[in-house]
Amino acid sequence: MKPAPTRRGLTALARTSIVLWLAFILACGVVISRSRVTTDLSAFLPRSPTPAQQLLLEQIRDGLASRLILVGIEGADAPTRARLSKQIARRLRAEPAFVSVNNGEPVGVERDRAFLFDHRYLLSPAVTPARFSVDGLHAALRDSIDLLASPAGLLVKSLLPRDPTGEMVQLLDRLDSSARPQMIDGAWASRDGARALMLIQTRASGSDTDAQQQAMAAIRQAFDAAPGASAAAKLVMTGPGVFSVTSRETIEAQVSRLSIVSVALIAALLLMVYRSFSALALGFLPVISGALAGIAAVSLCFGVVHGITLGFGTALIGEAVDYSIYLFVQSEQGGRDQQRWVKRFWPTVRLGVLTSICGFASLLLSGFPGLAQLGLYSIAGLIAAATVTRYVLPHLLPPDFRIHDVSAIGLVLSRLVQRAAALRWAAAVLLLAACTILVLHRADLWDDKISSLSPVAQADVALDTSLRADTGAPDVRYLVVVSGASRESVLSSSEHVSAVLQAQVDRGELDGFESPSRYLPSAATQHARQSSLPSPGILEARLAQAVQGLPVRAQLFAPFLADVAAARSQPLLQAADLERTSMAMAVDALLLRQGDHWSALLPLTAPKGASINAGRIRAALSATGLPDVLFVDMKAESDQLYSGYLHEAILLSLGGLIAIIALLLLVLRSPMRVVRIIAPLAAAVITVTAGLTVFGQQLIILHLVGLLLVVAVGSNYALFFDRADHPPMAEPGATARSISPRTLASMLFANLTTVAGFGLLSFSNLSILQAMGVTVAPGVILALIYSAIFAGQADA
Amino acid sequence: MRRLSAAAALMLAPVIGHAAGWDIDQLLHGLAQIRSDHAGFVEKKFIAMLDKPVESSGELFYTAPDHLEKRTLKPKPESMILDHGTLVIERGRQIHRLQAQDYPELAAFIDSIRGTLAGDRRALERNYRLELNGSAEHWTLQLLPLDEKIRAVVKRIRIAGVRDAVRSIEITQADGDSSLMFIEKLVRP
Repeated sequence: MKPAPTRRGLTALARTSIVLWLAFILACGVVISRSRVTTDLSAFLPRSPTPAQQLLLEQIRDGLASRLILVGIEGADAPTRARLSKQIARRLRAEPAFVSVNNGEPVGVERDRAFLFDHRYLLSPAVTPARFSVDGLHAALRDSIDLLASPAGLLVKSLLPRDPTGEMVQLLDRLDSSARPQMIDGAWASRDGARALMLIQTRASGSDTDAQQQAMAAIRQAFDAAPGASAAAKLVMTGPGVFSVTSRETIEAQVSRLSIVSVALIAALLLMVYRSFSALALGFLPVISGALAGIAAVSLCFGVVHGITLGFGTALIGEAVDYSIYLFVQSEQGGRDQQRWVKRFWPTVRLGVLTSICGFASLLLSGFPGLAQLGLYSIAGLIAAATVTRYVLPHLLPPDFRIHDVSAIGLVLSRLVQRAAALRWAAAVLLLAACTILVLHRADLWDDKISSLSPVAQADVALDTSLRADTGAPDVRYLVVVSGASRESVLSSSEHVSAVLQAQVDRGELDGFESPSRYLPSAATQHARQSSLPSPGILEARLAQAVQGLPVRAQLFAPFLADVAAARSQPLLQAADLERTSMAMAVDALLLRQGDHWSALLPLTAPKGASINAGRIRAALSATGLPDVLFVDMKAESDQLYSGYLHEAILLSLGGLIAIIALLLLVLRSPMRVVRIIAPLAAAVITVTAGLTVFGQQLIILHLVGLLLVVAVGSNYALFFDRADHPPMAEPGATARSISPRTLASMLFANLTTVAGFGLLSFSNLSILQAMGVTVAPGVILALIYSAIFAGQADA
Repeated sequence: MRRLSAAAALMLAPVIGHAAGWDIDQLLHGLAQIRSDHAGFVEKKFIAMLDKPVESSGELFYTAPDHLEKRTLKPKPESMILDHGTLVIERGRQIHRLQAQDYPELAAFIDSIRGTLAGDRRALERNYRLELNGSAEHWTLQLLPLDEKIRAVVKRIRIAGVRDAVRSIEITQADGDSSLMFIEKLVRP
């Protein structure tokens, strides 16, 4: 038999290709089995310009407010809600996963007060040498006596003999001044009284999603198991940790659902076209190879694979499957005709792959790690899918491989394409309208707020806002950050900054602020306070003078003399001494250490109903001349960073476009042809963008990625049309300057699978995926239509 | 025997109230009708630690149900404002801001006056046993703390009045210190 040697020759080549391919798949499998999937959304938040600043932002995100879970109990009646709140709190306070559970019940207050009282002479800012002079003592005593006679006298009476200068009152004033929710039936309740409130702090940081999930489960369990539970009562939770848990759940659910539906949809579509299960199975081989290569590449380069990347990958199935569609549909006879396909069409497909790579390469440079992942995934996936289609798939096809004859569809398309040129004017008008819309909306085309990327549902954001308003939990927008080389130096700077901020509070520029130095003064300050205390003999003499003219006798204050004498030799307060008080939590959150770099955070509270005048605070701070003191508006800062990166991404995309044009010029060596290829793609991009604007979608960075995909996928169509106009020399008898019906049919199918894959993303409730879906699905349809309309037949 | 008579007294107490044809509910209902009030006061405090009693005078403002202001003008201007559970005490340049819930004794004490003015029987009975004597023309409402912690600070609060106007508040503390405040209506806006 004559074909035998050929077949054996083919088999030898085939064997090598198949073995290499299998080895590659195996390697990818090994890499993937070791890779970690993350849903941490910071991957889609911009990285800060400098590592130090980035570190700081991460610490802030991790430390201050991230451990807070805000809980509301709704439904039932007020006594039931309060009872539930107390039962849940009692159970959770016993669990080590929670640092504090606050629902208004006075828990730990006595321990805190005892600590403050025992260290009052080290902690009180009123302790100065002047206060312990005769005049100072007289004034302080007169004040305390006045207070004793005032409505608050009830509180200070028992303290007077030990603390006649009122240091404890000084401390309580500073610590207890923040507004708190009202109490109903012994537990916190919202202002309208409709829900009971709890503020829970977890031990684990908010970025530890697993721990946060467990904490949420524990809270829910405590609620379900509470003896006071009633069917009418409902538990709601919010907070940064809760958001990461629900986002992860959303992403995981979306990704698995999207991939299942997308594979099923594309398989059904292909089955309808091929009418052959073996063709369907073979057609998916490049797709699977591409997906595996993409995940493995991302895992190798980034260490982790993001859930969003996987979700995006399901959409890319629709594009990767195109190559096998081209192979199957464009091979006219089956069997050895695939070799002819390789000769005739592969150069065009290869050029399409290369243009796509140029486009995605720009994403690799992005400041968003998430976008760089998408870029790498796409590049690796497309190269793998195309390579497998070219070098492996033809060898795997059975000799009599044949798909359902699609020439009927092809002929219909052919007739349509011939008439497409008639639509040129209509297309031109549409394009003009699109350009007009874009020019009119050029100012608000882009959404430059970082929240636009958030996967958190609007309803959850609303709940968070309302619970925060109810509990008065800080949202940590404004901060002063003090950095230094030691704890002592940042504490000492914090004290200076506190003095400046206190002046701003007195002037009404601020409602209040927090500082770690309030709970843990610097050693220098503590020492200065300690040395302000006179020796027992001197103090006794001064006291005897100071009480003159006051309605008290000096003998009353014997316990005071003893306490001051003890305080003079009291060891200075260390961080460890705060343990087991609620002040430890505050210091933990406000004082951060990174190696030998220390930072203190001083969160500011805006005056009621007004915002903080950043300029004035900055000016006041810089007037102190303290180095390493930074005023941060977290929201403005991250919005500004985001809009910076948005502009960067726009520039990078333009760079990608230039790279594509350069590539086409290099390969085709004809500016006219390049213009003809680019024109329909540009038209599609403009029309889609205008369409999105008309439908009220402000563009986020992911729309831009979608536009890049429109160019990448659309370039294949444009190249096929271009190829028909300029048949390669290698193709014998290719004189007819019209695109073949089979090629047209293959493009339609390829287009449909892409639309199916990306169209699904439009229904996602993750803004990141939805943005890509609504851009790519209509974009590629338009790219195909524009390519047909602007194809060159008409100028023949 | 003693227990029996105590029980009898307890059982009889409401009966006596009813027998007079006028009871706590009616008194509190009358007080609750007053939405806002403005009055002058003179207060005398007897504190054992101090050699002599402290006398002060000033004005009281009340807006139902939970805004109470006491402005002392003599001997030294100072003010105390209770609003939504926050107690703000201003003395010269000093401002003390306290959350009543952090100080249960203080909260109970303040709530006795606020609750009486607001006619809030539920709030009053959360912390006190109420005893009403006299007639609508001349009544005395005595509040006796139920909770042991509060009893350790406040022994008794006695509020006396004429019809729906409070005329005096006498507070006796557990340690024997006491204060007596006379209230004289100024204007009713």
